[in-house]
Amino acid sequence: MAEPSPLAARGAGRLLAHFWMVLGVIVVAFPVYYVFVASTHSVQTILRPPLPLLPGPEAARNYSDAFSGGISRIGGVSLWRLLANTTIVAMGIALGKIAISMASAYAIVFFRFPLRMACFWLIFITLMLPVEVRIQPTYKVMVDLGLIDTYPGLILPLIASATATLLFRQFFMTIPDELLEAARVDGAGPWRFFKDILWPLSLTNVAAIFVIQFIYGWTQYLWPLLVTNSNEMNTIVIALKKMISFADADTPWNLVMVTSVLAILPPILVVVLMQRWFVKGLVETEK
Amino acid sequence: MARILLNDVRKSYAGNQVIHGITMEIADGEFVVIVGPSGCGKSTLLRMVAGLEAISAGTVEIGGKVVNDLEPRQRDIAMVFQNYALYPHMSVRENMAYGLKIAKLPKTEIEARVAKAATMLELEPYLDRKPRALSGGQRQRVAMGRALVREPAALLLDEPLSNLDAKLRVQMRLQIKEMHLRTGQTTLYVTHDQVEAMTLADRLIVMNKGVAEQIATPLEVYERPASEFVAGFIGSPAMNIFTVDAADGRVTLPGGAVLPLPVPRGGDLRLGLRPEHLRTAQPGEAAIPVVLRSVERLGADAFGYGMIEGSEVPMVLRLPGTSQLSRGDRVEAVPDPAHLHFFDPVSGRRIEG
Repeated sequence: MAEPSPLAARGAGRLLAHFWMVLGVIVVAFPVYYVFVASTHSVQTILRPPLPLLPGPEAARNYSDAFSGGISRIGGVSLWRLLANTTIVAMGIALGKIAISMASAYAIVFFRFPLRMACFWLIFITLMLPVEVRIQPTYKVMVDLGLIDTYPGLILPLIASATATLLFRQFFMTIPDELLEAARVDGAGPWRFFKDILWPLSLTNVAAIFVIQFIYGWTQYLWPLLVTNSNEMNTIVIALKKMISFADADTPWNLVMVTSVLAILPPILVVVLMQRWFVKGLVETEK
Repeated sequence: MARILLNDVRKSYAGNQVIHGITMEIADGEFVVIVGPSGCGKSTLLRMVAGLEAISAGTVEIGGKVVNDLEPRQRDIAMVFQNYALYPHMSVRENMAYGLKIAKLPKTEIEARVAKAATMLELEPYLDRKPRALSGGQRQRVAMGRALVREPAALLLDEPLSNLDAKLRVQMRLQIKEMHLRTGQTTLYVTHDQVEAMTLADRLIVMNKGVAEQIATPLEVYERPASEFVAGFIGSPAMNIFTVDAADGRVTLPGGAVLPLPVPRGGDLRLGLRPEHLRTAQPGEAAIPVVLRSVERLGADAFGYGMIEGSEVPMVLRLPGTSQLSRGDRVEAVPDPAHLHFFDPVSGRRIEG
């Protein structure tokens, strides 16, 4: 028998706790639900208040219209292209960040080289320099490299990650020295130690960081806005912004809402599909 | 399998020397135990042989090759760590096979060796388990297996039994001994446990503060300890050692009593007497008067703890298990003249009688 949790002790207190939790869920979830509802009505219904609280009959038409050219008509680029762009960018950022931060954490934790601590602090300090702060020089570099309107231009400036490096560093430091020594005695060089031992042990952490960084990449706004001119290179968030820059009455709100739903969906999918790994990576300390 | 040669091996950290020049030859197939209190440098010495610690001065030779500048993997050694250091994500089989896989041995050979080690260590039922599903003793055996399958020139063990409970430790000790007899592997074994040291070793290195106080067979270390430190470290309960004033075949004890003993020279000497080499005196015999403060009864034996009468010098005696002596009693103890140990009061070295 499991011990009853302390929260279960008093009925009234428990009820109150649930009340606040339900309220919290409603506050967070209602706008999302409303977006979905709006995506199933025609523009006329959306523009004539009040907006119904239940899904309407136009869902099939709105979604097929959005995928078969409706978005191209208003944004100059197909919904497929937007989703592909955003997926490439988000994956590029997430995987790039993992690759770079794992490599740097590996160097800092397991190798002795001159200025090792200096390197560590340099990485640490970049925490204070998010894209917004270094936007002008970064933009200049991208222009000079001819990377405006390219995937590398969208991805590269965002993949250096002090946060992920620090997370991997903390994890690597919990690996007992003896494990490294055992591998050395067994004949594993630096690459084999990484591939055969460190990587498998890091998988849950990698999964957690992937989830966080994928969402970070998917929802990027400022940088993609700056570095893309052509509609063809827009991410879905930027495209959304461009769609609603018309006068209110001219905005095809039903299609905007479809796009919004599709912008929200992939991050949710990633979280749901990787939830088990994600939570494991955040809480697991087993060695 | 190979000979290991240590030639004036030294280790310093930032100018601070911790190993002060150790020279010894370990014969092919020999089982050598490095024993000493914590912080004496015994693990450091082993790790220098393994290649996990740089050698500051001197040379280490394994199988006729100076290995100072070689990586561990190039030294043809295998090591068992105190906390086993098994790869947590690999099965027992993969743990044992990993080193062989890296060495690019043929698959059939790897399987054969793992199977052989698993049989010897009774690990067959666990080959597909992960280390976390094993008990401490089983993990220890996997660590042993991982080292043995390599068939290295030298097998290095760093306190391999210290994480086991007392009963398991005795079992594993016997198993290690047996395995050594079977494989004839040149072995270097670090421990702080004198029972392990005495029972396993062909030869012992007794270390203290980075110096090899004595390198000899266990029996020799017990019977003729080379220094006061070795005398006090090996043997349980520890040897009684106190200062006496020697002259003309007599020593004056701390309490003032005089005892006729064959002394190597006159003047102040440190006299060492093992508790098991003292017997109670016949009436009228010259003896060491001891006043007991407590008696520990172990069944077969009893140990009497007391002080030499008229002094504060502690003295331990081995008594028969049936002894009726108790606190406050006075015992007359006579040392066995065949087991006297004299040490120089300044250098602590043994003085031969």
